[in-house]
Amino acid sequence: MSSIAVIDYGMGNLHSVAKALEHVQPGVEVLVTADPQQVRNADRVLLPGVGAIRDCMAEIRRLGVDVEVAEAIASGKPFLGICVGFQALMDFSEENGGVDCLSEFSGKVKFFGNDLKDPSGQDLKVPHMGWNQVKQAIDHPLWQGIDDLSRFYFVHSYYVKLAEQSLVAGTCDYGLPFDVALAHKNVFAVQFHPEKSQQAGLQLLQNFLNWDGSL
Amino acid sequence: MGLAKRIIPCLDVENGRVVKGVKFLDIRDAGDPVEIAQRYEQQGADEITFLDITASHEGRETTVHTVERMASEVFIPLTVGGGIRTCEDIRRMLNAGADKVSINTAAVFNPEFVQQAAERFGSQCIVVAIDAKKVSLPGETDRWEIFTHGGRKPTGFDAVEWAKKMVELGAGEILLTSMDQDGMKSGFDLGVTRAISEAVKVPVIASGGVGNLDHLVDGVLQGKADAVLAASIFHFNEYTIPEAKRYMQARGIEVRL
Repeated sequence: MSSIAVIDYGMGNLHSVAKALEHVQPGVEVLVTADPQQVRNADRVLLPGVGAIRDCMAEIRRLGVDVEVAEAIASGKPFLGICVGFQALMDFSEENGGVDCLSEFSGKVKFFGNDLKDPSGQDLKVPHMGWNQVKQAIDHPLWQGIDDLSRFYFVHSYYVKLAEQSLVAGTCDYGLPFDVALAHKNVFAVQFHPEKSQQAGLQLLQNFLNWDGSL
Repeated sequence: MGLAKRIIPCLDVENGRVVKGVKFLDIRDAGDPVEIAQRYEQQGADEITFLDITASHEGRETTVHTVERMASEVFIPLTVGGGIRTCEDIRRMLNAGADKVSINTAAVFNPEFVQQAAERFGSQCIVVAIDAKKVSLPGETDRWEIFTHGGRKPTGFDAVEWAKKMVELGAGEILLTSMDQDGMKSGFDLGVTRAISEAVKVPVIASGGVGNLDHLVDGVLQGKADAVLAASIFHFNEYTIPEAKRYMQARGIEVRL
């Protein structure tokens, strides 16, 4: 039976993602851990995250999770980033007055802004909270069995803008178009919460557990 | 294409059992909150709100276990409210699997608690519940005040100003209950819903008074609510969630079907 390390750097609720993984693949070994050896030995690695980026990055660096993430990505094993775990892979975030991130991929994390409007001119709320449609930009093993434009659950005030269009695996629209999924070799990362997105989200997690990291 | 307006069924739970009665047509144990939440999830509920009305300390342990069980079976966002007074209460609920907590009375007596909670856990999981009651007399400009203790105790705080203050302190969402309308089945108080929704940047959930599907539509279109919460119309199978969503969609509201 395969194992998955859910990297625990003390931020937010890891119970949900662990339970969702166990639900879609009973018997999978889910290790909620920051221990480098356990992360190194796991077949798959998941970097979750909720909360403010400054605190997240501080803990990521203090616990050496930055090194674990870099190693996992370089190793070729399947790697999934969720929410702040997606944002943390970028170069830089505007949140908390500006925070340097892991620079695993080239891109910025930007604020939605205070004057966001929908097409009819109505003010849009921030955070972007609730179920929005995800447009799949590419074919990918993680989108398998999930209809294009399926709705996923989001909760965030900052969004990712990838520097390279070729890495964009999915987009969404909330007053402006933005990138909600990244795919590159063995790495997939999403802004939404698959563990809270009912059928579509559980399917994505199932796909991740079945994925060998190749395209 | 855009963000869907959310429908949120609310369960009142005491000592691990749903109270106020739930009568799904084909459910075996009407009192088990996990079974009921699963049913709502399958019907397409966008979130579940779990209101803990347990008074005793021992009962609180039961609540934590119920939240744990629910989080293992239900994969949509889960908000837990009722009796959240300290950061330790929040930590326990989040660790048990709640995605958000709803703070009500504690925010009124100690607004800094909202700030502490938001700083420690992030605004995305801090919902502030506001119980508002109209205090203006007929002919006067509409004015609503915050009440505590199930609507019995006035606080003297203006509801709209209070909502703005809560958001400044870090609330990520407002759960607005109209105490005049709650249980009346005559619709939300659209005036206070709209006033607060337009005054704050964060999402507002309208609650209190839903008796039919037009009330849900009005809450969104006139009240400008981002989400609508209801209990009895769903518990007693008067309407199903898919019916409610199709009805809202037919009136131009974006929903998740």
